[in-house]
Amino acid sequence: MAFDPRVVRQDFPIFERTIRDGKRLVYLDSGATSQKPNSVIEAESNFYRRHNAAVHRGAHQLAEEATDAYEGARETVAKFLGGRVDEIIFTKGATESLNLLAYAFSNGASDNRFNVTSKDRIVVTEMEHHANLIPWQQLAKRSGAELTWFEVTPEGRLDLSKLAEMITPNTKVVALTHQSNVLGTVNPLAAIVARAHEVGAVVVLDACQSAPHMPVNVKELDVDFLTFSGHKAIGPTGIGVLWGRAELLKDLPPFLFGGSMIETVTMTDATWAPSPRRHEAGVPNMAQAVGLGAALDYLMNIGMDNIYKHEQALGSYLLKRLQEIPDLKLVGPLEMIDRGAVASFTFGDIHPHDLGQYLDSQGIAVRTGHHCAWPLTRKLGVQATTRASLYLYNDEQDVDALIEGILGAQKYFGGK
Amino acid sequence: MQLDSLYQEVILDHYKRPQHKGLAATYDAQVHHVNPSCGDEITLNVTLDGNRVAAITWDGVGCSISQASVSILSDLLLGKSVSEADLVLNNFTELMQSKGTMVGDDEILEDAVAMAGVSKFPARIKCALLGWMAYKDAVVQAQAKL
Repeated sequence: MAFDPRVVRQDFPIFERTIRDGKRLVYLDSGATSQKPNSVIEAESNFYRRHNAAVHRGAHQLAEEATDAYEGARETVAKFLGGRVDEIIFTKGATESLNLLAYAFSNGASDNRFNVTSKDRIVVTEMEHHANLIPWQQLAKRSGAELTWFEVTPEGRLDLSKLAEMITPNTKVVALTHQSNVLGTVNPLAAIVARAHEVGAVVVLDACQSAPHMPVNVKELDVDFLTFSGHKAIGPTGIGVLWGRAELLKDLPPFLFGGSMIETVTMTDATWAPSPRRHEAGVPNMAQAVGLGAALDYLMNIGMDNIYKHEQALGSYLLKRLQEIPDLKLVGPLEMIDRGAVASFTFGDIHPHDLGQYLDSQGIAVRTGHHCAWPLTRKLGVQATTRASLYLYNDEQDVDALIEGILGAQKYFGGK
Repeated sequence: MQLDSLYQEVILDHYKRPQHKGLAATYDAQVHHVNPSCGDEITLNVTLDGNRVAAITWDGVGCSISQASVSILSDLLLGKSVSEADLVLNNFTELMQSKGTMVGDDEILEDAVAMAGVSKFPARIKCALLGWMAYKDAVVQAQAKL
């Protein structure tokens, strides 16, 4: 069942406001963060209004209600990802999830299966967001492990021609993005996952740009760990998800120590609670978790398949319209095949920052710069790009506004 | 249109015809400054003759605001004493932080008053200041060698 983005927009109060002297808001920056529907804003604020108490503690009704709401959100996430409830760890965001893993991988006893040492190899890709590069890069530095990466072809795809030579028998971790936040490229996971598992490596998937936009099922993907952030999936900031296979989580050492995550404590030692509690030290971001539950309910109610189809169609339209503009150069795949609805580009001599500023004057919100993927933009030979990213509340009218805005910028800067 | 207060003619002129762009082979200090949020980069050379700014040359990539700003400063500060240049620098920094409440003293700032509109766009202040912070850094290093 298709949905109408204009009807969807009515659920998102931010679209009621105007931008820069009364312009309609054309929000094309969901890759950075998405807008929030009323149901999410209400779920988060109702938690504070009605149910606020520290979860998993306290012998009172509010604590019970808060715990129910928080654990209910965990069930929603499990349903959303097709995983088990005890496999869902709430984090502050995807950045924390990835740091949690990278630190946990060097935090265990010497015989822990995850321990990364100087004999091991860590494999990433050249298209990673800084959040899925730097934690591994620094783990390699701390442990002496070798860091290596799949390169990106001029078409914006991973070069997998040397798959077996890259993922060697001593490879411990393969960390990669499901969908590039700059190129839009959706990576072919099956071959990578098969090779990683053949050598006993774990696959860590950054699903920040995929999980909000397409059906993502951890069983089908067959990865070992997966993370996404709530705020890119119409949920609140300050909440993210780390999913891990139950049989792996039971051996994963903790990263943050403190309350909630223990089993027993003496002055000189401590033992750990089972997952997911082991990885949720301290009082968690409860209202935000509840807000995320509402967000995923909203998305599942529309249907991830419907959202995917909508974005594929709209993404095709965006790519077609952009390529009609002379002097505009897309980075990343030119056709809507194995890619999401995000387009990064350069435009003649107009610097992205100046283009973004002009578009803003027309009410159009885009992202400019290197998009937290500096090694990638360097590889592509561009200083910076302008990025338009689409979501369920965007329609063809938004794409048309962007095109008109880009042509307007040419007149504005060219004519001066 | 509010955008016109940002993109003054003077700024676009400097952007299209940058002054003192191209690094001199000799210098007392060379610095490289980047804006990590957008990737803009400026390399700037300073030569002092006693207490006088004898040469400023630079090279860089970035938006019109960052590139025009460094072009303007290289014109403006050249030939001034270090303390006169400091006065201009402080004046300019204050203007950038004014959130649109100041117009700038054109006796001191000359072409740089055209940057006044930038102070209304918080995301662009760092662009405008990139070259100035590079200059400030370079002069300190050059003076240390005297």
